[in-house]
Amino acid sequence: MRNLSFKKAFALTLAAVMAASLAACGSSGSTSSTTAAAQAADSGSSEGSSAAIKIGGSGPLTGGAAVYGTAVKTAAEIAVEEINAKGGQQFELKFEDDAHDPEKAVTAYGILKDWGMQASLATVTSAPGAAAAPMYKDDHIFAITPSGSSLAVIYEDPDNSANPFGNVFQMCFTDPNQGVASADYLAAHPDLGSKIAVIYKNDDNYSSGIFAKFKAEAAVKNLEIVYEGTFDDSNASDFSVQIQKCQAAGADVVYLPIYYEPASLILTKAAAEGYTPTFFGNDGMDGILTLEGFDTSLAEGVYLLTPFSADASDDLTKNFVKKYQEKTGEVPNQFAADAYDCVYAIAQAVDAAGLDASKSPSEFCDALVKQFTSMTFNGLTGQDMTWSETGEVSKAPKAVVIKDGVYVGVED
Amino acid sequence: MKSNKNILSVLLNKRHKGRTISYTLVVAAWIILTVLQRGGHVSSLIAGLLVPITCYMVAALGLNLNVGISGELNLGQAGFMSVGAFTAVCISGYLAASIPAAPLRLAIALIGGAFVAVIFGLVIGIPVLKLQGDYLAIVTLAFGQIIKSIITNMYLGFDENGFQFSFVQNTTELAPGGKMLLNGPMGATGTQRIATFTAGVILVLIALMIIYNLIWSKSGRAIMAARDNRIAAELSGINITNTKMLSFVVSAGLAGAAGALYGLNYSTLVPNKFDFNTSILILVYVVLGGLGNMNGTMIATVVLVLLPELLRSLQDYRMLIYAVVLIVIMLITNNEHLKTWFKSIRSKQADSRKEAA
Repeated sequence: MRNLSFKKAFALTLAAVMAASLAACGSSGSTSSTTAAAQAADSGSSEGSSAAIKIGGSGPLTGGAAVYGTAVKTAAEIAVEEINAKGGQQFELKFEDDAHDPEKAVTAYGILKDWGMQASLATVTSAPGAAAAPMYKDDHIFAITPSGSSLAVIYEDPDNSANPFGNVFQMCFTDPNQGVASADYLAAHPDLGSKIAVIYKNDDNYSSGIFAKFKAEAAVKNLEIVYEGTFDDSNASDFSVQIQKCQAAGADVVYLPIYYEPASLILTKAAAEGYTPTFFGNDGMDGILTLEGFDTSLAEGVYLLTPFSADASDDLTKNFVKKYQEKTGEVPNQFAADAYDCVYAIAQAVDAAGLDASKSPSEFCDALVKQFTSMTFNGLTGQDMTWSETGEVSKAPKAVVIKDGVYVGVED
Repeated sequence: MKSNKNILSVLLNKRHKGRTISYTLVVAAWIILTVLQRGGHVSSLIAGLLVPITCYMVAALGLNLNVGISGELNLGQAGFMSVGAFTAVCISGYLAASIPAAPLRLAIALIGGAFVAVIFGLVIGIPVLKLQGDYLAIVTLAFGQIIKSIITNMYLGFDENGFQFSFVQNTTELAPGGKMLLNGPMGATGTQRIATFTAGVILVLIALMIIYNLIWSKSGRAIMAARDNRIAAELSGINITNTKMLSFVVSAGLAGAAGALYGLNYSTLVPNKFDFNTSILILVYVVLGGLGNMNGTMIATVVLVLLPELLRSLQDYRMLIYAVVLIVIMLITNNEHLKTWFKSIRSKQADSRKEAA
């Protein structure tokens, strides 16, 4: 009995010590980052300009979608560092975790608002974006999401594409546009294959949103869809049935409007079955090459319709890819590129409007909305981008194909 | 003066002490937070967490009735919240034009959400509660998963021609001006946020009133008798199935109302939110607060909802610390030395009170 209580006391002490030491680690980590920010702000003031403009943002840094949030955070940090290094108007970034949960996104929004953000990268993913967008509207704070592609992020009434929030913008394509663009691309390139099979995730709004529009556009373009396979969270680990049915239907193109994790399993399964159609994906497929434990040779010949390819030869892309690799050791995906563009677009609009850190978030919002709806922006993810009053971006999608483990642009 | 004292002694006797403390806590928290909010002293972070905290509180109180008082393990509380939430969002969305007054629409939606959750509770309870053993845990676990899958595949919309419904494949084609109430995996979007902290507090008070009155009633004593010794209770003429059903259905109804308030607090609601993890989270609030202890449940809910947010400054370590803190709390609350120490303090206090009297 005495022994037992000793064990309990020991366990208790151990747990308490662990908590304390972790707290110490954590707090030292956060102080170092704040001092870095303070230093950045100091160097800014030595250049003669005023305090830094506060940019907020939230995304999944933990949980299943963490790879997107981390990519966006890293890329946005790179962009802020670059802009600050140039002198001139300084920026400060605060990026909170929302774990891809609408409830947490609203909490993260509260933290950012308390911090005093003047412009925001909104959220990385769609459902949290749809929850946070009305808050941005209510408090009149400008937001541009790098990758929240659902219509509900920019429209109060997404069913009719009516009542846009007006101050929430998108850097990425909307889901419907991706589906339409994919169908158009397949129709314009019959050499890829004519019998199309689709495998999509029916409990995911990104995936089913793209598929719905793809199907509608495929009917218009007379594309033949020979098989529609679905899966959801609970059975996203075994795709043998879907692969066999694709094979049985004689599909020579398999369209995968899904995220890269299930896509990697589908590619692995297809290779094991000796089934080699052309695989075609959207921006969610981006990231498959950096997935741990995935044999990238299986992704050879996979087509992606995405606005960004890391192998592009222009200086802007080369510089960004180099810096991103120095920081993380990984090739940046399209989410990272969108985030980088978001920060630069905000910076361009701030410059054009002549804003400085002393203005209120509401003044920022008015000025930035005016700039965004009138300016053209050149970035990593496209040239001559413009935004409509509703917040939708207009830019040209690029097709890339995976060759020798890297993305290569497809020349038309 | 004398009558005042009498009221106080009635409020603080064994039978009423628990509920007096509960009501006082809730009302005091409401007054303090409302005053602070009027003065602009509440941060946006806390202001945003007020309504979800009351929602989780109501769901946890309901679950405590089922797990603590009735002694049945329920692993599907999030499933009932889900049913209530989506019912309420649909009701509110449909009535948005005809009933513009937000409080009335909120009340109707909450009652609707609770009602549908009660129906589901009955459907599950009737076959399962006739059995002896852990079947309720298994069935409620499955219920949570099934509800998530069903709502993920449901499409419901309406336009001027009436409702349109489809399952798995979205075949609804709405006329312009129509509204999708449920949009498959996207859940409900564009919901008007009509939930308020005051409504949440009222809901918590109603939940407490229902639970305390049930516990101290004849049915409540039957529920506890059935928990403590099934055979003895049956021999005393208690209908075990009916008493267990009562607590299970009330618990489901409260979860439904909690979900309804939650759903109307956000402009978007996805079915994946109410998964197994959420059920377990609510169970953790109940277990850490103490089985059968309503005040403990409320405090545990507040602490455990706030904790991960307040630990944000620790960045990635916070999930780890959250887990460690849970373990520490469990060890502390079950530590024999501490328990006896608390008991000795209490008995000393009681002694001194007696002496003073």
